Amino acid sequence: MSSKAAATLLGILTIALYSGLGMAAADPYQLNLQAPQSIIARETYDQHMMLLWICLAIFIGVFGVMLYSLLNHRKSLGYKAANFHHSTTVEIIWTVIPFIILIVMAYPATKTVIAMKDTSNPDITVKVTGYQWQWGYDYLVGEGAGISFISRMSTPQAQIYNTEPKGEHYLLEVDNPMVVPVGKKIRVLLTANDVIHAWWMPVFAVKQDAIPGFIRDVWFTADKVGTYRGQCTELCGKDHGFMPIVVEVVEPAQYAQWVAKQKAQSAKAVVDVNKVFTLDELKTEGEKVYAGNCVACHQANGQGIPGTFAALDGSKIANGPKAEHINIVLNGGKAGTAMAAYKHLSDVEIAAVVTYERNAWGNTAGDVVQPSEINAFRK
Amino acid sequence: MAAVHDDHAHGHGHEHEHHGPPSGIMRWLTTTNHKDIGTMYLWFSFAMFLSGGVMALTIRAELFQPGLQLVAPEFFNQLTTMHGLVMVFGAIMPAFVGFANWQIPMMIGAPDMAFARMNNWSFWLLPPAAMLLMASFFVPGGAGAGGWTFYPPLSVQMGMGMDMMIFAVHILGASSIMGSINIITTILNMRAPGMSLMKMPMFVWTWLITAYLLVLVMPVLAGTVTMLLTDRHFGTNFFNAAGGGDPIMFQHVFWFFGHPEVYIMILPAFGIISEILPTFSRKPLFGYSSMVYATASIAILSCTVWAHHMFTVGMPVTAQLFFMYATMLIAVPTGVKIFNWTATMWQGSMTFETPMLFAIGFLFLFTIGGFSGVVCAVVPVDIQVQETYYVIAHFHYVLVSGALFALFAGAYYWLPKWTGHMYDESLGKWHFWMSMVFFNVTFFVQHFLGLAGMPRRVPDYALQFADFNMISSIGAFGFGFSQLIFLAVVLKCIRGGKKAEARVWEGGTSLEWTLPSPAPYHTWETPPVIK
Repeated sequence: MSSKAAATLLGILTIALYSGLGMAAADPYQLNLQAPQSIIARETYDQHMMLLWICLAIFIGVFGVMLYSLLNHRKSLGYKAANFHHSTTVEIIWTVIPFIILIVMAYPATKTVIAMKDTSNPDITVKVTGYQWQWGYDYLVGEGAGISFISRMSTPQAQIYNTEPKGEHYLLEVDNPMVVPVGKKIRVLLTANDVIHAWWMPVFAVKQDAIPGFIRDVWFTADKVGTYRGQCTELCGKDHGFMPIVVEVVEPAQYAQWVAKQKAQSAKAVVDVNKVFTLDELKTEGEKVYAGNCVACHQANGQGIPGTFAALDGSKIANGPKAEHINIVLNGGKAGTAMAAYKHLSDVEIAAVVTYERNAWGNTAGDVVQPSEINAFRK
Repeated sequence: MAAVHDDHAHGHGHEHEHHGPPSGIMRWLTTTNHKDIGTMYLWFSFAMFLSGGVMALTIRAELFQPGLQLVAPEFFNQLTTMHGLVMVFGAIMPAFVGFANWQIPMMIGAPDMAFARMNNWSFWLLPPAAMLLMASFFVPGGAGAGGWTFYPPLSVQMGMGMDMMIFAVHILGASSIMGSINIITTILNMRAPGMSLMKMPMFVWTWLITAYLLVLVMPVLAGTVTMLLTDRHFGTNFFNAAGGGDPIMFQHVFWFFGHPEVYIMILPAFGIISEILPTFSRKPLFGYSSMVYATASIAILSCTVWAHHMFTVGMPVTAQLFFMYATMLIAVPTGVKIFNWTATMWQGSMTFETPMLFAIGFLFLFTIGGFSGVVCAVVPVDIQVQETYYVIAHFHYVLVSGALFALFAGAYYWLPKWTGHMYDESLGKWHFWMSMVFFNVTFFVQHFLGLAGMPRRVPDYALQFADFNMISSIGAFGFGFSQLIFLAVVLKCIRGGKKAEARVWEGGTSLEWTLPSPAPYHTWETPPVIK
């Protein structure tokens, strides 16, 4: 027991000393919180260190006494047991002292909690929506208002299934990162489309559940330019482990450029809903939409996962009337099934993916669903 | 563990005729004997412990390296869910009820539990519930995969495995409530003459308080899962915002059950430790009455802290502060307990048999779990560690090296009384040291993983987490296989070994040590008188 106690004490000391160093994010032996990049994260980091030191001091105190006792008050050394069994004074002292220590711990935490909740006067407001299993970003107010995109993990399946070497940012990389200017107060509104997700950005000490049907808000102001990574932290189903969050913090000038580029792209992407596409155009586009949204459950071969996720190949809906097919993609499956609603996709995307599903694998419905039909269906 | 001989007829010399219990399977199906039922509870929980352990090892095998190797993500989620449920409801809770059955009547001088037939029924509800849980792996869609907390709306998406889980929880809850009523009635009404409440052994006290907690919160859990069931199948919208409900309400109601539940799993452990430390220190428990008050305070406070599991759902600032302060307050009575135990050992005359080793291991590691509990109570820090491996490390320090170590300590402590034989001391010590070392290898590094940013309930992780995950997996396999030593010790002890004396341990002072070993099938038909 005694040697074990000593070894663990030594271990804890080492950890406490090391943790002050604030190592880089990708250090395989990182022992502590990631280096903070916002005022709230710094306060959190400092409070965690304070807690650690206080706990260590108490640990050494209590287990020092116990260790002494374990070493000396042994029957094998001929030690005779004393017979005391209470002392009101001592018991009052060791009830009051922890109470005082707790007040010391709670005071700075209270100040931080109040500061965390102050989402007033933001420079930019972004709505973040959790989907199974990707994040949607809508810039609502401030520079960049109107920008809207979906952010998905960009790590290829081949890396996950070990047929390709894993990249540096394995599982922590996305196609479209959230971009924000440095030093500006960003208010993040969180909600979800299907189940509860949680948006965690460790370097800003922001973690907030995204709850379907409700909106919550949090804020951060980034200290430094850089690319920061986080993940979904509320179990949200099969691909919970595969919906990373990337925030790129850039200089204001660079941010303005990014905004201009996004605006130009979305202007180009606006399509007349009445445009008529050919079957092949829709199938090609649909395959991409399918790969981004549907493949996780229904699989690339359309077979689904028996018992869990329905097969589309040969399914009644994909080979039946169009309306039912469009309805399930737009509005989701029956209550009690995992099929989410995809209302947030554009008319073109829905039309394309429905057309693709009706004409891929063994499905030969042969019909084409045009964006105008989706548009009409939504009304 | 079976004390088969019905020898009280010789021992007591009553006039009326006694029949021995039926033999074979009927003995176990129809028994109303608290010792038989205790034995069944203990074997049941050990079987569930091994099943839950296999699930844990499958999880750790998948996490041995980054990438997906062994199991698909949806099956991984089923494993984490079922591991939690099986360990909490199948292993830890029934094991403590097993101890209660064996020990409470013997320690308070009662002939049996108050409601002997209900006792039989409480146990025999467990196997069907366990079968429902295990069978859910094989139904379409597999077992529930929403975590052991099964938050909606995710749990509304699941297949029929979730319904089986809901029914299993209902049955387990009914069993717990019946067991608790039995324990409360036994303790309040069947103590030997002269044993006032403040003379009861600490184990009995902690179980009395635990039983009240169970009666308070188990119906809440039953209500919660019923609402979930009607949301799933009957069109209600308790937890569906689109129908006017609130998914967060589920969490409030669940944790109103869930937080007292963690104390339900640790208070009887405190009781066992409070029996063992004085025995092997050959010195009375320090601060008996403050121990009782501390236990009661912990139980009451535990009903006011539930939302500290929900600091990231976005509560108002006043709620966050209230739950932070209330949670930190629990550290005070818990601290009192640790100090009292230390003072019990101080100037004792200690020996270090296996029960004592596990008790000291408990003190040491439970305190670490308590410290990380204080860290988690502080809202800003908790927001960083919520739903990460830090929390996994924290609650395994309190539930494995807390509750489970106390169960092992208690098993070694009372095995000689139950079987009439001494267990193999050197195998017991091997079990302790292997468990101690591998437990820390498994879980200590998980603190680092959580702080550095690894979320829990993920089947795969970023490359910077690879080394610690590998260490943790190695530790988990070591810990898992070490538990087979325990099985060997118990089997060996049942079959034979050195004959145990009545007072197995020199320092044992409670009533069970005045009974012969093995304890006769019926004990205390004439209650002892306590002076």
